[in-house]
Amino acid sequence: MAALTDEQTLMRDQAKIWASKQAPVNKFRAMRDSCIEQRFDAQTWSEIIEMGWTGILVPEEYGGSDLDYLAFGIVLEELGRHLTASPLFASALVGATALNIAGSGTQKQTFLPKIVDGSEILTLAIDESNQHAPADISLKAQVTDAGYRLNGKKGFVLEGMAATTFVVATRTSGEKGDTNGITLFLIPADSPGLKRELISTMDSRGYANISFEGVEVPADAVLGVLDQGWEPLDAILDRARAGLGAEMLGCAAQAFDMTLEYLKTREQFGEVIGSFQALGHRAAALFTGLELARSCAEAALQAIDEEAHNIPQMCSLSKSRLSDYLHEMSTQLIQIHGGIGMTDEFDAGFYLKRARALEGRYGNAGFHRDRYASALGY
Amino acid sequence: MSEQNQNFRAGVKDWIKDNFPSTLKGQNPATVGYAAALEDDHDLWRQRLAEKGWGAPTWPKEYGGAGLGQREERTINDELSNADAFNPIPGIALMGVTMVGPTILDYGTEEQKIRHLIPIARGEVKWCLGLSEPGAGSDLASLRTRAVDDGDHYVVNGSKIWTSGAHQSQWCGAVVRTDPDAKKRNGISFVMLPMDQEGVDPQPIKLISGASAFCETFFNDAIAEKSDLLGPLNEGWSVVKRLLQHERQSQIGARTAGFRSEPMQDLAKRYIGVDGDGKLNDGDLRQRLTKHLIDRQAHSLTLARIAAEAKGKVEVSAAASILKNSATNVSQTRADLTLEIMGDQGLGWEGDTFDAKELETVRAWLYGMASSIAGGSFEVQYNIISKNILGLPETTQQG
Repeated sequence: MAALTDEQTLMRDQAKIWASKQAPVNKFRAMRDSCIEQRFDAQTWSEIIEMGWTGILVPEEYGGSDLDYLAFGIVLEELGRHLTASPLFASALVGATALNIAGSGTQKQTFLPKIVDGSEILTLAIDESNQHAPADISLKAQVTDAGYRLNGKKGFVLEGMAATTFVVATRTSGEKGDTNGITLFLIPADSPGLKRELISTMDSRGYANISFEGVEVPADAVLGVLDQGWEPLDAILDRARAGLGAEMLGCAAQAFDMTLEYLKTREQFGEVIGSFQALGHRAAALFTGLELARSCAEAALQAIDEEAHNIPQMCSLSKSRLSDYLHEMSTQLIQIHGGIGMTDEFDAGFYLKRARALEGRYGNAGFHRDRYASALGY
Repeated sequence: MSEQNQNFRAGVKDWIKDNFPSTLKGQNPATVGYAAALEDDHDLWRQRLAEKGWGAPTWPKEYGGAGLGQREERTINDELSNADAFNPIPGIALMGVTMVGPTILDYGTEEQKIRHLIPIARGEVKWCLGLSEPGAGSDLASLRTRAVDDGDHYVVNGSKIWTSGAHQSQWCGAVVRTDPDAKKRNGISFVMLPMDQEGVDPQPIKLISGASAFCETFFNDAIAEKSDLLGPLNEGWSVVKRLLQHERQSQIGARTAGFRSEPMQDLAKRYIGVDGDGKLNDGDLRQRLTKHLIDRQAHSLTLARIAAEAKGKVEVSAAASILKNSATNVSQTRADLTLEIMGDQGLGWEGDTFDAKELETVRAWLYGMASSIAGGSFEVQYNIISKNILGLPETTQQG
């Protein structure tokens, strides 16, 4: 764990206690079984808002606490441990980041206070295929007399059913794959012509497919500069990746703790199974991986906070490392638990499913290794 | 940086400028070998460092050190490196500065500290260690070298293996059995004995790298004075454990610091070339190189995180326990990849088909295979992590 400020320590303790008492995994289980369309429980969300975590990245003048990404990461790590379902990440990290980076004064004034009080839920609508390819944007925004008209589709939009406003990456010029000609928009979810459909995913998170059929928006719906959305988009995505890294770290840490506990209590052949060297060494390897992964996740958040020169490299480091590690740890969680790990009654499966869903979100390990190599110039 | 630190750094810089013989610039014996023609300058530089206590800066002044903290030690090392200078004393003393000295500081009597630490810190004596035996490698506690009480001294019989630099050393720290009836880890003691005596015979062992840095050392009625027993009689196992901790500590930094100066990706571009997009021509190697560089950065970040935790006075996490294996993994993979990148130029043993760096790479790769065996093998480290850090029960297998 990074050396924390007093504020960050307070936040960690608060998140640890709240998540383990008020939002443990059985809350997630109950939510899954209830089949609520928005895929989180309203009470949990309102408690999160009450604790002020929606304002961590929002400047004080807009009602937030103006803290930093490491503080947000600490909270996401604790929530990740318990798979706490909420739109906190999508709205208060990704949405608030989009406004902080690209928003006009009016847009910030309109949206940031509402992100803090929860009356707006923002989310980023980016990918259009089954692989993360942020420049592969075909969704067209055409100029009209009154502003723009949007036509196209976005898939796997996180918290897409609960969102009140979408941050949408569109093509205003050039071809799919070009980094030039991308424009970001703020689009209200209730816009005529916008349709959303819940995607039932194995990890029970609130993903949606969104279609835009002649959605009309005024000119001031543009977030940032026309045709020059790539740079802010890349920066927003990096912060989202670092945030996911922290959530994945929490998932992995919990999976490790569950596995270690099982190694100490499960008996076979007349012995506690953790006394078998094959399993002791596997646990040592997983622990080593966890410590190294933690360093990467925290360093990416710190690089953002320090406005380091190598933020893309650090965020790709974090996302690739955590994708690899969580993949391995969640697989071993099932393997070491044996038969009980295969049952729905036990929680291990939740972590396996969440792991696979997060691994590819905003770029899988291979995507980020390629990006890391390019950042280093080979 | 605080003003105090800045002043200290400036003082170090000035002192090096005034005292480091300019003939020795870039002549670190550890990297370029010892040049006999520069012997007088080398000795002058050693003496000046010794007077300053900078051979072992963190040791107390009364034992030959400078009584400084780790931060100041890092500053000295930084400034030495900036001036293309070096501290030769740890290299000269072999196991003295990094392992024996810190253990004497922990367990030695006042008399032992004065007598042994000062010559080590001054680089006037070489030390080797007698730990492993032909029949006691990873299972160190099964050692059989005996030390028998003979009045005012012990008589030592047996043999030790992998005693680095034993044929050059004046002193040896050896772990011996003093109570043959006690259980494995009891009945072991740590003695220090001079190498220059009839009963001690170090025989160099040629390694796969061609080097002969290690010996098998035979003890036939060798003498160790009772005043050179380190720590209590029959409780030498705890001394050894501490010694091995110091060893792990010294390996974490050293192995990572010993990297080639040219970045791996530049080396790869030079040997393999790039395509039109600037990506390495060998796509598979590019991926494995990236995994390695990510491992390496994760390792460095973990080192930095532990340092920050220590400074921030939060409880230092168990991360430190993983560092030896992590460092070994990074350094061995790096050597392996370097060889692969060089292709046929990475197969040289000697001769002018190969440049000096290429030849050095081969030898370093071979020599580096030892890093996952020595100082507690990779597997022994995993045993330590699983039992001592994770609290898993003792394995039911013997060992």
